Amino acid sequence: MSQPALNGVSGPGKVLTLDSMNPNVKRVDYAVRGPLVQRAVQIEKELEQGVKKPFTEVIKANIGDAHAMGQKPITFFRQVLALCSYPDLLEDDKFPEDAKKRARRILGACGGQSIGAYSASQGIECIRQDVARYIERRDGGIASNPDTIYLSTGASDAIVTMLKLLVSGAGRDRTGVMIPIPQYPLYSAALADLGAVQVNYYLDEDRCWSLDVKELRRSLHAAREHCSPRVLCIINPGNPTGQVQNRQCIEDVIRFAKEEHLFLMADEVYQDNVYAEGCEFHSFKKVLFEMGPEYSSTVEMASFHSTSKCYMGECGFRGGYMEVINMDPEVKAQLIKLVSVRLCPPVPGQALLDLVVNPPQPDEPSYTSFMKERTAVLAALAEKARLTQEIFNAVPGITCNPVQGAMYTFPCITLPQKAIAKAKEEGQIADAFYCMRLLEEEGICLVPGSGFGQREGTFHFRMTILPPTEKLKIVLQKIREFHLRFTQEFS
Amino acid sequence: MSQGELAAVARRARHLTEELRQGVRKTCKDVIDVSSGDLHSAGLKPLSFSRQVFAACLYPELMNSNKLPVDVRQRAQWLLGSCAGGSVGSYTAAAGIPNIVNSVSEFIRRRDGAPSYPENIYISPGSQWSITNILKLMLNSKASPRTGVLIPVPCHSTTILSIVDLGGAIVPYYLSENLGWELQVAELHRALESAKGVCKPTALYVINPGNPTGHLQTRKSIQAVIQFVAEKKLFLLADEVYQDYVHGENEFVSYKRVLAEMGPPFSETVELASFHSVSKGVMGECGLRGGYVELVNVDPAVMKHVYTLFSKDTCAPVLAQIALNVMVNPPRRGDPSHRLYTVETEHIKTTLLHNARRAYEVTNSLPGVCCQPMDGGAFIFPRLALPPKAIQKAKEAGTEPDIFYCNRLLEDAGILTAPGCQFGQREGTYHVRFCILVPVATMEELLRRLTSFHTQFMAEFS
Repeated sequence: MSQPALNGVSGPGKVLTLDSMNPNVKRVDYAVRGPLVQRAVQIEKELEQGVKKPFTEVIKANIGDAHAMGQKPITFFRQVLALCSYPDLLEDDKFPEDAKKRARRILGACGGQSIGAYSASQGIECIRQDVARYIERRDGGIASNPDTIYLSTGASDAIVTMLKLLVSGAGRDRTGVMIPIPQYPLYSAALADLGAVQVNYYLDEDRCWSLDVKELRRSLHAAREHCSPRVLCIINPGNPTGQVQNRQCIEDVIRFAKEEHLFLMADEVYQDNVYAEGCEFHSFKKVLFEMGPEYSSTVEMASFHSTSKCYMGECGFRGGYMEVINMDPEVKAQLIKLVSVRLCPPVPGQALLDLVVNPPQPDEPSYTSFMKERTAVLAALAEKARLTQEIFNAVPGITCNPVQGAMYTFPCITLPQKAIAKAKEEGQIADAFYCMRLLEEEGICLVPGSGFGQREGTFHFRMTILPPTEKLKIVLQKIREFHLRFTQEFS
Repeated sequence: MSQGELAAVARRARHLTEELRQGVRKTCKDVIDVSSGDLHSAGLKPLSFSRQVFAACLYPELMNSNKLPVDVRQRAQWLLGSCAGGSVGSYTAAAGIPNIVNSVSEFIRRRDGAPSYPENIYISPGSQWSITNILKLMLNSKASPRTGVLIPVPCHSTTILSIVDLGGAIVPYYLSENLGWELQVAELHRALESAKGVCKPTALYVINPGNPTGHLQTRKSIQAVIQFVAEKKLFLLADEVYQDYVHGENEFVSYKRVLAEMGPPFSETVELASFHSVSKGVMGECGLRGGYVELVNVDPAVMKHVYTLFSKDTCAPVLAQIALNVMVNPPRRGDPSHRLYTVETEHIKTTLLHNARRAYEVTNSLPGVCCQPMDGGAFIFPRLALPPKAIQKAKEAGTEPDIFYCNRLLEDAGILTAPGCQFGQREGTYHVRFCILVPVATMEELLRRLTSFHTQFMAEFS
């Protein structure tokens, strides 16, 4: 069995070819791990093999992976998870009592007291209860029912499950899903995969990437010509924009969703990542209920959260949940069926989520060190957000909106006509061409704005603000130098 | 029973079983839950080496003392060195941590004596996740005629439901119960024939060792299936998650290995996806959600889309990837942890063998119960000749006869099982599935209760 044979040879005779395969899959793209990243991995291999380059390492500022960039895990969380994995450690006096207490509780809820046992498809019940209590505390006491909470394999899994449930119909009746432009490309990938209609609404770059209901209305009415818009997706704080919506805006969106009979999907995975002065995270659930029963008993909504971001950065655990409000009971029965095909979400991720919603309390031994670690992470991110904005805005040809929240910057780059033309010649979009050059010349991996969507004729890139501060300064400096060089070359 | 009905009944039965399972957990009654293949839930212990490695990876401070054996620390260090930022909290490459993917590839090569290439392997959150992704490549709800997948009857219900949910059509082929649930190629031909004008069959799904049947395919049988798919131009999906459970003298031989041994043209042309997982075997780590697919002879242009599909799911949970590494690369002779590892795994294997033999003996001794010999797998799937009065009672209650039997088994004897209709069965036949991977004492208790219950049940409905 030769390698080419194992890898398959294109052509006639194969069952699965580009022609015979599911056409929806061909339309799926996921820029965060797209061709640029694959080239970055290749370059890393070349560096390992001793190939000489103008840089000694590739800086992967393309993906929101905090630990990969040196951020430390929260000690308390890892202690509890270690105890859950290897319960013999419960005898070890090096572990604090509050960690052991939580571990025992989690293990007690697992089959055979093991995190290796299947859990219920909806997630371990006592963890869902803890999530509900967290939501109640966060939202000023507004009730949350554990039955409406579904634990998932990261927020992405829950988002895709909801979309699966909501997408139906054909032709003019095919479900349209409204997504922000720019967006986190999981949404466009999932919609392509499901064969749903993607309905774009543009965030306003000139006004700090704010969401304008007028634009929602424009987009909706245009979409009604060719599909049936049924879903409105909001990412708050925004990815890639970092925009944090103010309360008025959230109320306007909820009002709009009610008027136009849309299912709201509120992606709130960055809810603890809010930095800018005057900005505050308001959960969609909270605002909905504060608007009174006319809204809170009718608007259908799902809110999503995850263990991958905020101050935890535990992407590798694939922990997350969604809270579903006002779902038709018959549809709920279908939802339960859908999640059962996944068997269950990873139990370590469920355990971690339990700790996130149930962190050390002021009267517990681990509280002080926990708060110190949490505060340090969020403060560092806030500082990096400020630094990034400052440095980029000082570069001629780069304009950067304030990074109000999340983990990214999405600056607008002015590209010379000649560069755009050169890119076109090579069959590339100009910002992808720009980013590829940056990767090859400086070893910095970003994601081109075209991967997220942007207004025609504008170009952007998304960079994470995650590298350690000193390294970040160097990265910003190098991008600045590259940008000036690039502009010069194509002037 | 139509294909649609088979899937609908399977779904309903599965849902009922899940609800009962949750109910049982809540009430903490003395119920023996053998409804799913979950070792740890049943009371068998995780392996010490694995769990020590997980703990060290999660909380590296543990490696500062000598409490953990040297080989645990070394493995953890190697694994953490393979993680971005030295943390199991980082995302990994879409297909999995390259070092771990390589170790899986090595394992496959050692197992099969045939080449295996890491770029053809994708690690996913459980084997069903990668089965779904591969099915997604082939199935499209808009296709007309619908794309068909040949599935065994009986079959693991998750795959049936995945096919249906993706808009595919199931094309059942019946395993021959009287021949120990053997797969007969003539039946494959018949199934394919039956699909004419109904759907476009594109893939053949096999489970070896079987679930729920426990049948272990011979080399000859695997060859015949490969010849069939080559002739009929079908993509072969080989679900081999129970490969570590072999009871008798026979050996598990992978589809990949037989394909390689058959040589060209088969070895160069038959498109194959083989699936494995950390949920079963000696690890039993179902809750971690770790599995992988190895793809053979897939069109390189299609492989690019395989990458994109897996990449939008970001990656499999890192702890599961670590478990996979431990599974394919356990402690070796001479390693400090080897002795304990051997003791623990031998215990699981002897438990399995003991339980398989006892369950087979006892069920076959019960009136109206007939159990085929099982060479492998984690379950026993006896057939029940239910008395007409019981069938009538079930009909009156608006439920399938085997669900009726299982409900009574739970209420009266405290044993939770899965009814045969959850897996599909020939019309007019009834079965029940029990997991046999439970502590020996639990199995004896189960068999005692079952014997008592069954005797009473048969008397009641005679």
